Amino acid sequence: MRVSPLDAVAAVGRGTIGAVRGTGAAALFGGVGLSHLVRPPFYGRMFARSFVEFAYFSLPVVALTAVFSGMVIALQSYTGFSRFNAESAVASVVALSVVRELAPVLAALLVAGRVGAAMAAELGTMRVTDQIDALTTLSTNPVKYLVTPRLLAGVLALPLLAVVADIIGVAGGFIVATVKLGFSPHLYLSSTFDILTTSDIVVGLAKAGVFGFIIALMGCYHGYNSKGGAEGVGAATTSAVVSASILILAFDYVMTELFFAR
Amino acid sequence: MSPALPKIRVRGLAKAFGTKAVLDGVDLDIAAGTSMVVIGGSGSGKSVLLRCILGLIEPDAGSIEIDGVDVLKLDRHARETVNARIGMLFQAAALFDSLTVWENVAFGLLARRSVARAEARRRADEVLAQVGLDASVGDLAPSELSGGMQKRVGLARAIAAQPEILFFDEPTTGLDPIMGAVIDGLIVDCVKRLGSTAIAITHDMASATRIGDRAAMLYGGRIVWEGPAAEVLSSGNALVDQFTHGRRDGPIQMQLRR
Repeated sequence: MRVSPLDAVAAVGRGTIGAVRGTGAAALFGGVGLSHLVRPPFYGRMFARSFVEFAYFSLPVVALTAVFSGMVIALQSYTGFSRFNAESAVASVVALSVVRELAPVLAALLVAGRVGAAMAAELGTMRVTDQIDALTTLSTNPVKYLVTPRLLAGVLALPLLAVVADIIGVAGGFIVATVKLGFSPHLYLSSTFDILTTSDIVVGLAKAGVFGFIIALMGCYHGYNSKGGAEGVGAATTSAVVSASILILAFDYVMTELFFAR
Repeated sequence: MSPALPKIRVRGLAKAFGTKAVLDGVDLDIAAGTSMVVIGGSGSGKSVLLRCILGLIEPDAGSIEIDGVDVLKLDRHARETVNARIGMLFQAAALFDSLTVWENVAFGLLARRSVARAEARRRADEVLAQVGLDASVGDLAPSELSGGMQKRVGLARAIAAQPEILFFDEPTTGLDPIMGAVIDGLIVDCVKRLGSTAIAITHDMASATRIGDRAAMLYGGRIVWEGPAAEVLSSGNALVDQFTHGRRDGPIQMQLRR
């Protein structure tokens, strides 16, 4: 079979149209989900269940990641800065990198893999086993019942996880700096508090809120619209994690550019 | 309301998926308080017909009237009000995995906040008893139940709000003949007790004759025969006869390849 050069152009065109269509559909889906926040009834039990899944059950994995990340940054920055006799900057580098970037981004990526995947799998299974249609027959709006509480839980839970990751990440750097590298605990902590500003913390938490929304939106969107049985549920789960991870990194850049670029 | 007005009236209903016309001008009337069984082969559009009436699929053309009101022209809120008068038993029961059995049965009551949880539990236990299940089953998860018990719970959920209209999608599929007969018996009891109008879709002929007052056969996207359910096995219609007796030869050509 001969392949025309126009076939490649057509493939690019199809891909572009598909991406634009998917982006629009996901944005509309998220908009409808958010609009139910101000239209009763609100399903508090579903919110509580999603919030616990997002925040409480993700705590151990986020805490472990944060502590090791803080420790590694302390070690690496010490190695680099010691070449310029600038070891005293270690505390500042650990604090800024954890609070501004690592805590929200790593927490979000881990939660996307843990909760986003589970969310897509749960809603996907509900779709292919007619449970979402059953909600409609029971006069319950499926978006209001399934999506809205998850979106709110994501937006509220991720900043809390980021706060925990902030504290534990800085603590990880503190442990390595004071125990292994011989820093004074008092000086390390005062350097940490001196360098951090309110905007560092607030923007870090705002990033986490946006990432939480992205995780919940991608999990719900791909799960809710899954098709084709077990294979479709698997594909929805993969799409939810991949798309959420890419969007988290893209929005991290956009928000960093907006708030921190000088 | 005119006494001749059917509870459900379907006219010229059409639905295509891509180039495949699944429903191609379905006309069907179901009188109030009667049970209609729609039979037809796999892929003949029975489930699509049911889902169009329920509002789960939007048809391409035609009208669906419930008590004389074209439900296709209703807005979402009005449609939800109509759906509150309908109960549905799905083919695989479609119970909510994340809820207990009693929460599934009382879902409609809990979701509408019409009763407190304690009262909803009491009502759920009552309805479970109506389908032959003990109240202790209410605390189990759906995954802990057998297929037959899941169907009973699905039936309990469908009748919990005492709907005017009940839909049954392949109610005996996947069940052994005895359990199939038990489920059919429960369906007939529930429909009679509530005085509901029922539509069941099935290709289980024993089930069709047990559940239905009337039967209709869907073939080629249209209703090709309608009559008393008791006559479905001796209709004299070549299409119905071939289907109900499971003959390979006849006017129905099975499509083995797409």
